[in-house]
Amino acid sequence: MISFSLWDIVRHLCVGAAWTAGLSLVAFALGGAAGLGVLFARISPRRRLSAPAKAYIEFFQDTPLLMQLFLIFFGFGLLGLDISPLLTAAIGLTLFTSAYLAEIWRGCVEAIPKGQWEASDCLAMSSLQRMRFVILPQALRTAIPPTVGFSVQVVKGTAVTSIIGFMEITKTGSMIANATFKPLLVYALAAVFYFIICFPLSALARRVERRLHAACAR
Amino acid sequence: MSYAFSIEPILDNWEIFAQGAAMTLLLTALGAVTGVAAGILGAVSRAWRLPVLSPFYAVYVECVRNTPFLVQLYFIFFGLPSLGVKLSGWEASFLAMALNLGAYSTEIIRAGVMAVPRGQIEAAESLAMDRWQIFRFVILRPALKTVWPALCSQIIIVMLGSSVCSQVAAQELTYAANLIQSRTFRAFEIYFFSTLLYLGLAILVRRFLKAFGRRIIDGRTA
Amino acid sequence: MPLVLAEGIQKNFGSLEVLKGVDLRVEEGEVVAIIGRSGSGKSTLLRIINGLETFDAGILSIDGERRTGLEKDLRPLRLKVGMVFQQFNLFPHLTAGENVMLAPREVKKLSQRAVRELAEETLSKVGLADKFKAYPDQLSGGQQQRVAIARALAMRPKALLCDEITSALDPELVGEVLDVVQRLAAEGMTLIMVTHEMRFARNVGNKLIFMHQGKVHEEGDPRELFAHPKTPELASFTSAIQ
Ligand SMILES: Nc1ncnc2c1ncn2[C@@H]1O[C@H](COP(=O)(O)OP(=O)(O)O)[C@@H](O)[C@H]1O
Ligand SMILES: [Mg+2]
Repeated sequence: MISFSLWDIVRHLCVGAAWTAGLSLVAFALGGAAGLGVLFARISPRRRLSAPAKAYIEFFQDTPLLMQLFLIFFGFGLLGLDISPLLTAAIGLTLFTSAYLAEIWRGCVEAIPKGQWEASDCLAMSSLQRMRFVILPQALRTAIPPTVGFSVQVVKGTAVTSIIGFMEITKTGSMIANATFKPLLVYALAAVFYFIICFPLSALARRVERRLHAACAR
Repeated sequence: MSYAFSIEPILDNWEIFAQGAAMTLLLTALGAVTGVAAGILGAVSRAWRLPVLSPFYAVYVECVRNTPFLVQLYFIFFGLPSLGVKLSGWEASFLAMALNLGAYSTEIIRAGVMAVPRGQIEAAESLAMDRWQIFRFVILRPALKTVWPALCSQIIIVMLGSSVCSQVAAQELTYAANLIQSRTFRAFEIYFFSTLLYLGLAILVRRFLKAFGRRIIDGRTA
Repeated sequence: MPLVLAEGIQKNFGSLEVLKGVDLRVEEGEVVAIIGRSGSGKSTLLRIINGLETFDAGILSIDGERRTGLEKDLRPLRLKVGMVFQQFNLFPHLTAGENVMLAPREVKKLSQRAVRELAEETLSKVGLADKFKAYPDQLSGGQQQRVAIARALAMRPKALLCDEITSALDPELVGEVLDVVQRLAAEGMTLIMVTHEMRFARNVGNKLIFMHQGKVHEEGDPRELFAHPKTPELASFTSAIQ
């Protein structure tokens, strides 16, 4: 048995935390961009676009993230392509994020009062102009709190990638726990690492939410 | 490509799949009942700022909501035995699911409690009802009714999240899939089918919860 | 040629017959006041005229162009007909000036200088030249509604539709909005307005339309109709309101 000091454990978890943070950032950025595309398809009046977008969102919201990761991993295997845990994790979380963000944003777009859509129509705006100048600027404000809030779910979602062997916080923790026979300490520390990343995001989400409410009550 | 999609491994092992799915449903049912009950208590504690309970819930909610379910599960299953609490895989899974849902439903139900109009409570007070009577008869139903859709979504999220319980040898659906996979080496088919099963379970549970909400919480049959 | 010509317009919402054959003829420069009980179909009629609702039967032509009610692109129509809503529907994230400038700039592709002049001109026409930079939530209801009128006017419509534009206002703010509309009428703007302001309908309108249960029940010269209603329904409606 290798002997680990507390400092050794923390040091290894720090490396894992960097991977967790990196994966979260990539998934959130790429997922956000893809989510915007899914959003536009989802709210399109054309069923040819909105129906597949709806199915896409429902698939990712109604199946376990772990299964999505397995499907990607073994799906690439079927095609004869070897895919690393990192790439599997990045693709899986990006798709997962895009579906959730598209649905969150759709809620914000559809919450814009009917009068705003009609007023734009009566000014002869095209649907693209209506979206760009009237609906999106307003939806953007209300979308910020739930979007920031969802980033916490992305960070926590990365823990599942430990199961396919991606060396983030949880996987690092499992390996150290096995080596040191101190699972209580190691998993508590791993939880602390997640908390340090997630709590500020949660607090930020709450703050922007409160500010938005205050602005609306003005 | 020489690979051919084959459904034999699925057909040959349908009993294991069925047992896994049943276990997932059982865990979800137990977790949901316990978790929502914990959430109702938490919502009251927070809304009324009850001593001891309110600060306890505040800390508990933050801890659960800012750490991954998988780490909570590992902590319970691998960590707690050092403190003399030894749980089986499915016991640990149930506990983790209930604790997880308890935290989320505390926040969800609290929002519903806060949304009950002040006038309702004043009307009940003017009828000389006490705090608990007001909560039971005037606040709880409308509050649950408002947040029921959010609560349903959270229950589904917990059910889907339980797929990681295979890691502590709880014999739910993903465990079943892993088992069959290790025997047949038909990974893609097995996981594809499991995914469809989860999808079916999610749709089924959502339907059930919606009907349950209408019947029990709404108190209407039509 | 009338600006708006409707014959036998019918509209159902599911099994509810809201309009049961409405005829309407509005000449250029005319000021038409539409009155009637709540639910008689006044808003629906206005919304059909500018394409916010479809219709199920009848003939509708605007400025000589026949409408099928099924057009995909309603923008040519919207360039001719402006609309002011009961709830103002100003864009809350834009200032008064930006609210007015947005459509002329983006839809009509006018230059920045032209739209600015246009906004200043229309805002001063409604008496709000000094509110160019104010956001809607910094304005009173009466001011917001006047900005909404300026926003519609800036598109230079041939007719302006107004749906109970003073109904959401505090009583002391109604006057300032009606003054603006009266001035527009005097300048020869074609106006079709649903209103509960009977005095205004009588003094400013050229024509009064009384709608009842989805039909034009009575129409004619406002003073004449108010003084001598021909049907008991109009008589009881006017006496109930005054
Ligand atoms: N979008 C709609 N769907 C269903 N019914 C509607 C809709 N809009 C209006 N109605 C119904 O049509 C009738 C006429 O409405 P409306 O034209 O708004 O009347 P008014 O403006 O004269 O008060 C009412 O009974 C109303 O409930
Ligand atoms: Mg109306």
